[in-house]
Amino acid sequence: MATNNIGPKRLVVGAHYGMKDWLAQRLTAVLMAVYTFTLLFAFLSGQNFTYEGWAGLFAQQWFKLFSLVTFAALFYHAWVGLRDIWMDYVKSVGLRLTLQMATIVWLLVCAAWTVQILWSV
Amino acid sequence: MSEAVRETSKKQRREFRNIHITELSNYRMTLASTVSILHRISGFIMFLALPLVLYMLQMSILSEDSFKYFAGIASHPLAKLVILGLAWAYFQHFCAGVRHLFMDLHLGLDKESARKSSVGVLAVSLSLTFLTALKLFGVF
Repeated sequence: MATNNIGPKRLVVGAHYGMKDWLAQRLTAVLMAVYTFTLLFAFLSGQNFTYEGWAGLFAQQWFKLFSLVTFAALFYHAWVGLRDIWMDYVKSVGLRLTLQMATIVWLLVCAAWTVQILWSV
Repeated sequence: MSEAVRETSKKQRREFRNIHITELSNYRMTLASTVSILHRISGFIMFLALPLVLYMLQMSILSEDSFKYFAGIASHPLAKLVILGLAWAYFQHFCAGVRHLFMDLHLGLDKESARKSSVGVLAVSLSLTFLTALKLFGVF
């Protein structure tokens, strides 16, 4: 940050969280697209669609980790999107804050559940 | 209050506000704006359906029995419609998202290109949804 930030040079947009979230939403989107094509490839390259083939894919450690990272990306992506929606349409500060907190808690619950699901096979 | 501040506050300025929901009908929706609002709607639908998707994933990988149980539920026509709806939301969000990523790179930002790419997004997402419907309801 500039040391001379008096008067017209005053920095009024210091937090940069807008830029950070914008970039994070793009990065997580690209990751989810890569995961989609990986899943699609596994799906189409297998012969018959069976439980063994499907669960066997998720039984591998690399795929568990890949899935977890992608789901984490999904939840962050969803948080940015949902926050945008609440900010655009919910004018009451109290209600908006409540909805935002509920969204965070809900996404955290989903994240914990995802870990349980992925490591159950 | 200083003289300068009082001077500016007296000026009549145009106020820019968001479109109110009652004014929506006064606007003609372009294809680009349709894709834009569908991106938001499909994203919100998928957020609401998160527990359902996680439940389906859990059923499908937990055990052979739960897999069969899930396959049984998924063979119900109503369940197929829900899955088709989710598939549409995914395709729509995916295609419009790719369009967003290109626009972020300052590609196809002019009015005509934006219109063309929005047509492309709708064409691809609806075609994929149609194919999914054919697959789900056993045409091939």
